[in-house]
Amino acid sequence: MVIAGIQILNTVAGLALISLGLAIIFGMMRVMNFAHGELLMLGAYSVQLAHSNGLNIWISMFVVAPLFVGLVGIVMERLVVRHLYGRMMDTLLATWGISLFITGLITMTFGNMTRGISTPLGSFEIGGIRESAYKFLIIGVTVALFAAIYFILRRTRIGMIARATMDNPSQVAALGVNPGYVYTATFAVGAALSGLAGAVLAPLTGVLPTMGAAYIGKAFITVICGGEAILAGTATAAFLFGTINQVTTIALNPEFGEVALLIGALLMLRLLPEGLSSLFKRKAL
Amino acid sequence: MSRSLSFPGQMLALVAVSTVLLLALPLVLEIDRILQLTLVFAFSILALSLAFVWGYAGIFSFGQAAFFGIGGYAYAATAINLGDSTPAIVAGVLVPTLFAALFGYFVFYARLSKIFVAVITLVMTLILYKFMGQTAKPDYMIGNARLGGYNGIPAVPPINVPGQPHLFAGPDEMFYIAGFSLLAVYLLLRWSLRTRFGKILVGMRENEKRMELLGFDTRLYKLLAFVVAAAVAGFGGVVFTNWNAFIDPHVFQLAFSAQPIIWVMIGGLGTLAGPILGTFILSTLSLELGVQKALDINLLLGAIFTFFVLLVPQGIIPTIRNYLEGRRTAGGDSSEGATGARG
Repeated sequence: MVIAGIQILNTVAGLALISLGLAIIFGMMRVMNFAHGELLMLGAYSVQLAHSNGLNIWISMFVVAPLFVGLVGIVMERLVVRHLYGRMMDTLLATWGISLFITGLITMTFGNMTRGISTPLGSFEIGGIRESAYKFLIIGVTVALFAAIYFILRRTRIGMIARATMDNPSQVAALGVNPGYVYTATFAVGAALSGLAGAVLAPLTGVLPTMGAAYIGKAFITVICGGEAILAGTATAAFLFGTINQVTTIALNPEFGEVALLIGALLMLRLLPEGLSSLFKRKAL
Repeated sequence: MSRSLSFPGQMLALVAVSTVLLLALPLVLEIDRILQLTLVFAFSILALSLAFVWGYAGIFSFGQAAFFGIGGYAYAATAINLGDSTPAIVAGVLVPTLFAALFGYFVFYARLSKIFVAVITLVMTLILYKFMGQTAKPDYMIGNARLGGYNGIPAVPPINVPGQPHLFAGPDEMFYIAGFSLLAVYLLLRWSLRTRFGKILVGMRENEKRMELLGFDTRLYKLLAFVVAAAVAGFGGVVFTNWNAFIDPHVFQLAFSAQPIIWVMIGGLGTLAGPILGTFILSTLSLELGVQKALDINLLLGAIFTFFVLLVPQGIIPTIRNYLEGRRTAGGDSSEGATGARG
């Protein structure tokens, strides 16, 4: 029972973690970033490369990966996404072209093979069952990131400017802030968080050019079923789908875990087309 | 000039020219080119299904390759079990149709926005890939056909003369079947777009709210368009499985699902000829590049695709047509814009 609980919690945390960057970019900017999986993949490659070149694993994971992928986000936003604001379908298509491009580039550079990173931290025992301590790190990182984003958006001046820009860019411009910079920064933060997520999960999954595809299905479902509220919606959706996925995996078999997730999402969207956020009060984050 | 011909006249001319071409090509081309063209025909049917649902009904579906694959799997399983291809072809069209009807009901009756439809059809494809890949255990059987996980279903019987499994199609016959199938699908879609149904779809693409206020149930029409496109894609999958004598989960893979979107986008959204042209150009390019290893195909396709979205969003055929019409009428704008399709 304890072990099942930990597994469920771990799946939920993983789902919330891979969805956070996507949720911020979509929720704030209405851009459906189809290159999200590739940002996660670049995060994983950053930590693998930095660590195998002798850098400390934690610095590679928490500093190098988000910084590098954040930079990639800035380049993406400046070169492509910024020309397409307001045209949701075109941003989706263009980012998806970028996703193919990045996959191709990494395949050409590093080859189509899996590289591994050994899982840091050991394992410890609860009630006679050994669990990898790394699983708790993932849960901890996820909770910390959600708390930090909530705090920044709600309580700081930067967060206020970001929210105001998304609400009314011309008003913000009249008050002396360049909305273009705010968009770039928001996109970069979303990208950096995706990079961090990819890096944190890399020791568990291995590193592969096409690994993004394994993540994006789950991340997209979580974000669209989450709806308007970036943090609360994503967290609730992650909780719901993580539980569905893990319970099906334990009860039936792993093949049906993701199928159950898709069926769950379809049923849920049929009942709540606006996503789980429609259960919360408006203006929730 | 074909412009002066009436619609039936144009179609007759097209049928005449294509028939002559299709009959003559196997006489002049090498066998490897014939096989390659057969594959391109199967892919073109897939592209037409997306051209219809995206370019005319305004529904961006990531799932066309999935219906293509489901059609292929349904054909393979039925043909192996019954030993005759005729019911298998029916199954190859019917199974994706029913699947799309069920899936589409949830999606369109929930009135999901365009972007959510795109995402959820993508997710469907990804999950099918993962699920079909995990069916390697022997308990995943459809009658006598083992699904075989990532190895797929080998040795699928080819199309045969109805009721006579020993009279089956060889490469040349398969070329004719694929070629005339493509022609038939093209004519069928062209015709359907001229009917009331087709006009409702285009109206819905241009202004969904207005169509709804005029009393059309847009949920139903979207679902119908989605189902028709799934049937077409499934049929393409049947032709593809015949070409390959084999079907495996790679048709559900992200890189494969990507292809029809690129073909349609580059050939020209809101046309049927454009996507076929796009398929010919790009799938030939992919096949040629697949042989050499210097340049990764995804890198190139991604770059071309992003370039088109940013700079030539209409695609090749509409751009050329606008250019020609612009020259003729000296600045007069074309009434048949395709840009509204993506919304």
